Amino acid sequence: MVGLEHYLTVAAALFVIGIFGIFVNRKNVIVILMSIELMLLAVNINFVAFSSFLNDLAGQVFTLFVLTVAAAEAAIGLAILVCFFRNRGTIAVEDVNVMKG
Amino acid sequence: MIQADLNVVLPEVILAVYAMIALLAAVYTTKDKAAPIVLWVTAGVFVLLAGVIGFGGSGETTAFGGAFVDDAFSRFAKVAILLSAAAILILSQDFMTRHGLFRFEYPLLVALSVVGMMMMVSAGDLMALYMGLELQSLSLYVVAALRRDSVKSTEAGLKYFVLGALSSGMLLYGCSLVYGYAGTTLFSGITAAAEGGIGLGLLFGLVFVVAGMAFKVSAAPFHMWTPDVYEGSPTPITAFFATAPKVAAMGLFARVVHDAFGGAVSDWSQIVAFLSVVSMFLGAVAAIGQRDIKRLMAYSSIAHMGFALMGLAAGTAEGVQAMLVYMSIYVVMNVGTFAFILSMEKDGQPVTDIDALQNYSKHQPGRALAMLVLMFSLAGIPPMVGFFGKYYVLQAAVDAGLAWLAVAGVIASVIGAYYYLRIVYYMYFGEDREALDSAMPPVGWALLMGSAAIMVLGVINLFGIEAPALAAAQALVN
Repeated sequence: MVGLEHYLTVAAALFVIGIFGIFVNRKNVIVILMSIELMLLAVNINFVAFSSFLNDLAGQVFTLFVLTVAAAEAAIGLAILVCFFRNRGTIAVEDVNVMKG
Repeated sequence: MIQADLNVVLPEVILAVYAMIALLAAVYTTKDKAAPIVLWVTAGVFVLLAGVIGFGGSGETTAFGGAFVDDAFSRFAKVAILLSAAAILILSQDFMTRHGLFRFEYPLLVALSVVGMMMMVSAGDLMALYMGLELQSLSLYVVAALRRDSVKSTEAGLKYFVLGALSSGMLLYGCSLVYGYAGTTLFSGITAAAEGGIGLGLLFGLVFVVAGMAFKVSAAPFHMWTPDVYEGSPTPITAFFATAPKVAAMGLFARVVHDAFGGAVSDWSQIVAFLSVVSMFLGAVAAIGQRDIKRLMAYSSIAHMGFALMGLAAGTAEGVQAMLVYMSIYVVMNVGTFAFILSMEKDGQPVTDIDALQNYSKHQPGRALAMLVLMFSLAGIPPMVGFFGKYYVLQAAVDAGLAWLAVAGVIASVIGAYYYLRIVYYMYFGEDREALDSAMPPVGWALLMGSAAIMVLGVINLFGIEAPALAAAQALVN
């Protein structure tokens, strides 16, 4: 029997993979965008699992909002990335370093 | 039913519809030639809505089943957001025009982000919170990268986007846990679930949500995007980042911890106190080595957010009142300071190195004096108004039994005074340097002088801001 905790475990694992993808990856900004997507999907799994477990629709409504916003977010991220590539000629993470933080 | 709901959200609807219509109208007519008109109309709409919200609303009404709350707290925050956004808009016109940045999208993106901010401070539900936050953030990512032919500006946009998306992800993960363990996304329902002890699941959710919001207010240790974004963005946009979004994010922070987790003050108070003390010290210490005035203002805003969070950490109505007073003062000081930074140019090129200010008072005594007042006020030196802002939050922290936090705040503010006073020292006792350009647009001059005058004259009664702030705080904390 697959219970709530199994879904939560998968979601937590995906979420952590997403965070690690952002911080550990030194290669490519596109991978960071994919990692962000992964985090949001982990959240969606959580929402849908809770929603079904609680017999409450609000979680699934929330999931639809998250999906929509994630699409908008990816569009804006790619647009900024294209502008950056035109100026810098590269999208390697280690080259995003004109300003030292 | 729906009619009554729409009446409550009317200001937001008006602003959103205006932004979309203006966007279409400008695209199909004269495009960037319409930019000055669009900018002034947008600023006018902001001021008008601020007036309507400030004078019109009363009591507490909710819409859409409690997802949207219109109370004294949200009205106070909305007026502050709208007025500061309007001030920054008219401040930026001259700079944007001269540097070929003046596109009609700019005021409209600001308008859309303001809609998001108004949603944030009015949120009564996790969904409304998330949608408002994202509307604000997505618009801000774009304006950070507004100068699309500059590596610095696009890099600022990219960094802001990646870290902002990460923080949204964390906040959202927290939201999902809160929803799962409270069984509802409504703040009132979460309060009921957190009644009499908060469970482990809810606590995890709370920590994630607070971490996500700490990103948005640029509180340490989630501040790493701030200096780079402030430095890379065009200066008027940096000025915008330093004002309205900070008020909105602090408003959202107060809304979530008090409205949704008001029954579990002891659980979040220590987290907020930790954020506060780390931010104050990091902002004070890290700014010492900065030569770039925009980076310096970034660390300054981190330190100021630490002080505002101190008011929140108190967990009382008095603390929220102190936070609101502090944020209002902070916004006024920042508008004036950025009006000055925008005028720092040599041969028509912006200069951001503080070395360029050496001996500034010989060339521009009036502006140097205004800047002196603002720097003293930012440092919190009496009798400037900035001191009273700090005094309020310290008082709230002491009254709530957080004396150690207040002591830490005083120490941090003494350390922080060093870099503000260094700017004053350069202006008055620096060595002779080639003078900066003397031109300053009248709007910038008026805002700089006005802000400095408020910092001096406000000591009489803080322009009566305490009473509305108290009413706002009491509406939130009950």
